[in-house]
Amino acid sequence: MSAILEVGDLKKHFPIRSGVLKRTTGHVYAVDGVSFAIQEGETLGLVGESGCGKSTTGRVLLRLLPATGGSVLFDGLDVMAAPRAALQRLRRDMQIVFQDPYACLNPRRTVKNIIAEPLRIHDIGTEAERKRRVFELLETVGLTVEHAERYPHEFSGGQRQRIGVARALALNPRLIICDEPVSALDVSIQAQMINLLEDLQKELKLTYLFIAHDLSVVKHISDRVAVMYLGKIVEIADSKLLYVKPQHPYTEALLSAVPIPDPRTERKRRRVILEGDVPSPANPPSGCVFHPRCPRMQPDPCTIAMPPLEVVGTAGADQKVACYFPTLYDPAGGSPASA
Amino acid sequence: MAERLLEVTDLSTHFFTYAGEVKAVDGVSFTLDRDETLGIVGESGSGKTVTAMSVMRLIPDPPGRIVGGTIVHKGRDLLAVSKEEMSDIRGNDVAMIFQDPMTSLNPVFKIGDQIAEVIRRHQGKSKRESWKMAVDLLAKVGIPDPEERVNQYPFEYSGGMRQRAMIAMAISCNPDILIADEPTTALDVTIQAQIMDVIREMQAQYHSGVIMITHDLGVVAQMADKVMVMYGGRTLEDGPVDEVYYNAHHPYTWGLLGSLPRLDETEKQRLTPIEGQPPNLLLLPAGCPFSGRCLYEMPVCAGEFPALEMVEPGHGVHCWIPVAEREKIRAGLPQFVHRVPS
Amino acid sequence: MTDTESAASFAEPQLDSPLPVGSENEPVSAKPLGLWADTWRRLRRNKLALVGLGIIIVFLVIGVAQIIAGVTGIHGGYLAPYNPNAVNYTIAKAPPSLAHPFGTDYIGRDVFSRVLVASRISLLVGVIAVSIALALGLALGPLSGYYGGAIDSVIMRVADVFFAFPYILFVLLLVVVLGPGFRNVFIAIGLLSWASYARLVRGTVLSIKTQEYVEAAKAAGASDLRIVFGHVLPNSMAPVYVAIAMGIGGAIVTEAALSFLGIGVQPPTASWGNMISDYLNYLQAGQWWMELFPCLALVITVFGFISFGNGLRDATDPKLKE
Repeated sequence: MSAILEVGDLKKHFPIRSGVLKRTTGHVYAVDGVSFAIQEGETLGLVGESGCGKSTTGRVLLRLLPATGGSVLFDGLDVMAAPRAALQRLRRDMQIVFQDPYACLNPRRTVKNIIAEPLRIHDIGTEAERKRRVFELLETVGLTVEHAERYPHEFSGGQRQRIGVARALALNPRLIICDEPVSALDVSIQAQMINLLEDLQKELKLTYLFIAHDLSVVKHISDRVAVMYLGKIVEIADSKLLYVKPQHPYTEALLSAVPIPDPRTERKRRRVILEGDVPSPANPPSGCVFHPRCPRMQPDPCTIAMPPLEVVGTAGADQKVACYFPTLYDPAGGSPASA
Repeated sequence: MAERLLEVTDLSTHFFTYAGEVKAVDGVSFTLDRDETLGIVGESGSGKTVTAMSVMRLIPDPPGRIVGGTIVHKGRDLLAVSKEEMSDIRGNDVAMIFQDPMTSLNPVFKIGDQIAEVIRRHQGKSKRESWKMAVDLLAKVGIPDPEERVNQYPFEYSGGMRQRAMIAMAISCNPDILIADEPTTALDVTIQAQIMDVIREMQAQYHSGVIMITHDLGVVAQMADKVMVMYGGRTLEDGPVDEVYYNAHHPYTWGLLGSLPRLDETEKQRLTPIEGQPPNLLLLPAGCPFSGRCLYEMPVCAGEFPALEMVEPGHGVHCWIPVAEREKIRAGLPQFVHRVPS
Repeated sequence: MTDTESAASFAEPQLDSPLPVGSENEPVSAKPLGLWADTWRRLRRNKLALVGLGIIIVFLVIGVAQIIAGVTGIHGGYLAPYNPNAVNYTIAKAPPSLAHPFGTDYIGRDVFSRVLVASRISLLVGVIAVSIALALGLALGPLSGYYGGAIDSVIMRVADVFFAFPYILFVLLLVVVLGPGFRNVFIAIGLLSWASYARLVRGTVLSIKTQEYVEAAKAAGASDLRIVFGHVLPNSMAPVYVAIAMGIGGAIVTEAALSFLGIGVQPPTASWGNMISDYLNYLQAGQWWMELFPCLALVITVFGFISFGNGLRDATDPKLKE
């Protein structure tokens, strides 16, 4: 297994302009120094609350938004610096599935037209070949050939998401960025979609970057999970490990806040309730971004510098955390040892 | 025995649209006692919100109309009282908080004015008194610096704080019943935890009955004493939470439970979704609305809605499959649908 | 019968299949409708808009017939019972009768024929002026909205200048510079109304360009041209159609105003505006028919375009969708 995508110190700062002259008066630090790698064939989950920069990260990776800094290597190729021809080639390998089943399809195009558009852009096949490919894709995502001539508004939310997946698959990509693909769907339809994505991954040997705010979904579908807070990754770990042995206090709070559909488990759970709201990314706190809400905060060093994301204590190479006072676990047992 | 606050019997609310009649709520019955939390769970279009709006008598007419049933609040039928009496009852006896607080907070008035206004109208307190009460209420629901914050406008509040302010307004007149319609759906999970905490605290303090409307079975497990599962305007199953979660009898409930990825699963299990698409409310079958998606459908299902069958005390189900058959099918389903509680 | 068999009679073992199949998979809407069909369904319930549409159709039929006659010279270049410019003093100032339903004017021309033939001017001014404005607006608006930044600033500031000027004064000025005559009136009105189309399109482009399907096209490698003309513009057009309907009505009124002031369409060519101006004096003398019928023609036609435009706006407004 080798890394298909390597992201190093990625930054995206949006300028805030104000006044008549539209002078830049500040920045929104949407993504602020994010590094991770995705192995070929795995699913990396990117989880965090609204405004943490997870969706922006996905868009910057695809160059839908220009990056402020940092590097993105796809198969060793520099995505950020790729000239037009190379970028077109890269677009065939990296695709995206969106969140909103109502906004992700052009309402004036037929389904056939929507799915065939990437093929037409890249001048692949004849009209008849493209039509055959569309039919094949429709069946791959669980729709039928009869759906090809219909318009998006004739479909339910779940079916529209399937059309969005078919469009993303049209160019035979190797990496798909799934940006909250199930968040807008009802529970029962959400499960269909998750299973579909899992099946496609197996069948087509896809790699996923799965962005979502729902930790249960992310944990279910991902091999590894990265937790984002205010533009930074605060913890990244194997998904089972993250649940059993979270090291970052934010991860712990997040895990404990997610309700589990099991009344007796719920009654037994101890909940860590964080105080306050997430600060504005336009004015992030000094030092560790989590320190204003952190139960373990010490003025020195927490308010002075952001801790690096690294392996701590006896945790294996599968787990990295950015915290001065992470929860450490007894290597034998698994219960938290005093930090 | 606890005091009965609300008894809804055979409630039907229909919408008359150009395309036809939508039976948004069709023959729904439930009760709510003091200190009790009822979770109404369902997907979009299940009728859970319309049920709540019917209890509040907030159904827009036209196109909607409550076409049948009774809603008895402490011995008085809310469907029989005048509009004026009802607006007194709303706020004083029954209060509601919504998914999007911005729809019920007026953007051009200070938070304090809006809460004080409710107190003045319903309790006839003086301007100064009601303002002071507003500050206390904000403090109670956990808004920091309430003396400062009471002077702010809704846009100056974060989403979580707006929801806290809504709760403060809802409890300002000490209502018996608090209806929360997806109160945390628009909020992040750490903020959701805060809001649930506030709702529980307020309930403990005021001894109100809470109706928690949600699509999230986790929230129900966390908050509710009993649960009603709705689909296509009908109640399919209801009962105490433990009964419905550990002894589910309706195929739709199994489907919901099997659709959920669980944070605490140790071995990855494939989800077992409900097949098919949500129903078209204009084309609902005369019988069980879940027929058409149900894996165990029989010829009778689409034609006639099954009567209520009590499988345990307080645990009712509407399903044509004979009870022994249901138990057999359930035994063959993946583990967490019929999980034996530890 | 064993237990497993009886269970199987209820349980079709489909649990492993991730994908819905067969009839369950049909689209949800009861009666699938295209976007236009959907708009039409809502428009159909608006009586006033239908009346407007009827008026527009009658106006178009008459106007197009006049243009065809004028261009080909059939029937002397007009389609009316009488030559609109034929002077006949013997029947001057005759009130409405069977032979002359709208009466005759002060030099004996048939008012009915003149009103019919003048529809040609109104149709031409509506179509040509709005086309010019639309061409400019549709070129500059998307450019402004899609690229933003400096391009946007420059185009929108120029548009602001056009908005800031008193419209009629500006048209007057332009016509004085270009010289009177109906061609120049068309150009003047067209040149001066582009800004509202540009601003309208820019606004919708701004909201459409952030839609996920536009991002999807970008992610697939689509060029800017393909994105703007394939995705953004087609979805930005609904308010433009409304503006076109309203704009034609407005252009007809402006032409009438200019002609009334004597700097629009020059006599003897008949236009509703110059007829209204020409016959004004005879109103006081009690010869009301000369003034009434061109006024009615103008008012009814403009009313038709405006009420249809209003109906169209309501029918395409997603906020009003059920």
